[in-house]
Amino acid sequence: MKKLLLGDHAVAQGAYEAGIKVAAAYPGTPSTEITEYAAQFEEIRSEWSVNEKVAFEVGLGSSMAGGRALVAMKHVGLNVAADPLFSFAYSGVNAGLVIAVADDPGMHSSQNEQDSRYYAINAHVPMLEPADSQEAKDYTMLAFELSEKYDTPVIIRLTTRIAHSRSFVEIGTRKEFDREYVPDIRKYALVPMNARGRHIKVEEREKQLAKDVNSFDINKVEHGTNKIGIVCAGSIYQYVKDALPDYSVFKLGMVYPLPIEKIKEFADNCDDVIVIEELEPYIENTLKANGIKCHGKELTGLQGELSSEKIKEIILGEKITTHIEQVPVRPPVMCAGCAHRGVFYVLNKLKLIVTGDIGCYSLGCAEPLNAMHSLICMGASVSGAHGMEMAKGKDYSKKNIAVIGDSTFVHSGITGLIDAVYNKSNITVLILDNSTTGMTGHQEHPGTGKTIKNEQTHALDFAALSTACGVKNVAVVDPYDLEAVEKTIKEQLEKDGVSVIVAKRPCVLLDKAPKLDCVEIEGCKKCGICLKLGCPAIRKNEDKSVSVDSTLCIGCMICEKVCKSGSIKKVAGGSK
Amino acid sequence: MKLNILIVGVGGQGTLLASKIFGNYAMLINKDCKLSEVHGMSQRGGSVVTYVRIADKVYGPLIDKKQADVIIAFEELEALRWAGYIKDDGLIIVNQQNLYPMPCIIGKADYPTDIYERLSNYKASVHKINALDIAARLGNLRMTNIAVLGFACAILKLDKPTFIEAIKQSVSAKTLEGNLKAFEEGFGSV
Ligand SMILES: Cc1ncc(C[n+]2csc(CCOP(=O)(O)OP(=O)(O)O)c2C)c(N)n1
Ligand code: SF4
Repeated sequence: MKKLLLGDHAVAQGAYEAGIKVAAAYPGTPSTEITEYAAQFEEIRSEWSVNEKVAFEVGLGSSMAGGRALVAMKHVGLNVAADPLFSFAYSGVNAGLVIAVADDPGMHSSQNEQDSRYYAINAHVPMLEPADSQEAKDYTMLAFELSEKYDTPVIIRLTTRIAHSRSFVEIGTRKEFDREYVPDIRKYALVPMNARGRHIKVEEREKQLAKDVNSFDINKVEHGTNKIGIVCAGSIYQYVKDALPDYSVFKLGMVYPLPIEKIKEFADNCDDVIVIEELEPYIENTLKANGIKCHGKELTGLQGELSSEKIKEIILGEKITTHIEQVPVRPPVMCAGCAHRGVFYVLNKLKLIVTGDIGCYSLGCAEPLNAMHSLICMGASVSGAHGMEMAKGKDYSKKNIAVIGDSTFVHSGITGLIDAVYNKSNITVLILDNSTTGMTGHQEHPGTGKTIKNEQTHALDFAALSTACGVKNVAVVDPYDLEAVEKTIKEQLEKDGVSVIVAKRPCVLLDKAPKLDCVEIEGCKKCGICLKLGCPAIRKNEDKSVSVDSTLCIGCMICEKVCKSGSIKKVAGGSK
Repeated sequence: MKLNILIVGVGGQGTLLASKIFGNYAMLINKDCKLSEVHGMSQRGGSVVTYVRIADKVYGPLIDKKQADVIIAFEELEALRWAGYIKDDGLIIVNQQNLYPMPCIIGKADYPTDIYERLSNYKASVHKINALDIAARLGNLRMTNIAVLGFACAILKLDKPTFIEAIKQSVSAKTLEGNLKAFEEGFGSV
């Protein structure tokens, strides 16, 4: 049976067929759908972990115990999970452990364009890179075998165009896999004495693999009539086939370690070799270091995505000329009725310095709200605000606030909060509790009371947690109640010690969010203040009055609260 | 048959479901297919594009400029934004809906009023449908995308029973009846 699967789905399907017992992940575009798909299978114990480090550790536990495990994350998630990665690479596995990591060239949904392949080199962990969904499944299954054969975790690297493209996958059946747990202190307890021994093992297995990889059939040579040879992997292979159908191609399935001998042989049969790869010159530099002459980044550049169109332009000098329409840009915006909007409206009004974080609420940094001043990595809002106070003194925290989403807070905000309390800070932390991980497509998290399989579980109480951390000033507000939001923020900012405000209301896209009404506008005085909310349901007419798109409005009534002329009224049940 | 389709719109308009239906259609007619989707941030009301490629053998998941046989636009401004992808003699199918992007909402840019005039500069035929009205008549605005697909199915002369089967495979049982109605209305409005 064939199915049209995302690359992400196919990784999970492969892991399922390989008999995994455990799948753990923290969401992150473009990797989220891996674990969502795995969670559908009854045989797999799946979880949304608190963060990627925890997910990895859950995976390594399963591996040590004898159950195959899949952990998934986006590229920046691997930074968070790097600690267990580097050391479990020393221990090696009992049952196979596969890490699926999704890079995001072009930054469709990310804060940087880092290249995960360097993690493979640095941690001495093999890495495979599929070029479509079928390969995503096959390589994942292979990765489990390699993991056990070479006694190492194995990384499957995806990029956005593989993770989020659908193609056909042949569906197979599951083969159960179970190993005994065998205590082995010298393998798993990495005190220096044992770790030294393991480091030797790491080098041995890597040498072996670097030799063996030259005969792996996932590295393929396709001879063309053109004697220029292209070396590539992943989606780039597909672009090359579209753009340069008659070129000779070396398609890599394993990107670390590289099959150097086999590539040398290929290069010897070509007039010239060009490495085409996105992001860093990883393959190029490795080939050059091994004496293989090639071209690379001087042609393709370090930034963004490639495509068959770009490859044609770079290699063949063929540029597609077409008229570029000058049209208004359409950046993402918070949904109509989003509970975050009013909060940022107030923050802007109060002219606070806002250290921000990552999620739907990051859109608070955009026009017209312009109310979030930093976004670095998950959790940096809280610790960053504390750092600002450290640099500038206690009074600084009277005009500075950290804003963080509920899922982000659980991921990395709690540690920063404890740090701030411990180190006598006076920061105010605003937790935007919309009862979901919104940005990545609405996943459950420890604050929602539901697991990935939609089972009831304990719901973390942010106010109680803050109190337990030693926060003296804790307040809970409804973010639709702008007056209360403003009053509470002002009060908490003035207080000594760390303050926490929980702004609590479910994301409007959730089923649990009540369906509300709609507004109508009569007698608009054209002041334009409601436009400062940046609500997609309100638009400015030619005569400077405003009107409401009733297909979008859900009747959150925030605009009614900012309108000074009383022109906005509720229409009960008017929402479509 | 070789078909490159760009499905464009605004995040939240249901472009993903639309492309999945084309994917299932490809499976039913035994063709190779790749769909490239947009998840993540742009789904929050940003400009979104899904590439659909159907042929005997498909390599890359993306479509180059001037290589799309068809553009299906769920929103008028998005039709114009992506028009550079249409090939000569291609088809542009436009749902006559306007969703104002933030620069227009806050008055920093004007929503263009000459969209169809500018679309006529391309050597492509433009076909309009008011699918929002159809969906409103049927009492569920979420069916707008399927009404557009009904229209597209008729314009592209795709096999109707096969297309309906593809819809059945792609939507939940709960919404199937409504979606099929929307499809028929869209199909009939050519
Ligand atoms: C280390 C890391 N992991 C994952 C992500 C992807 N990511 C960005 S924001 C976010 C979650 C946001 O959820 P929440 O904080 O609840 O805010 P919301 O989107 O609901 O407003 C995730 C998973 C990331 N950027 N960095
Ligand atoms: S998905 Fe939810 S949290 Fe994200 S912008 Fe929309 S309403 Fe806000």
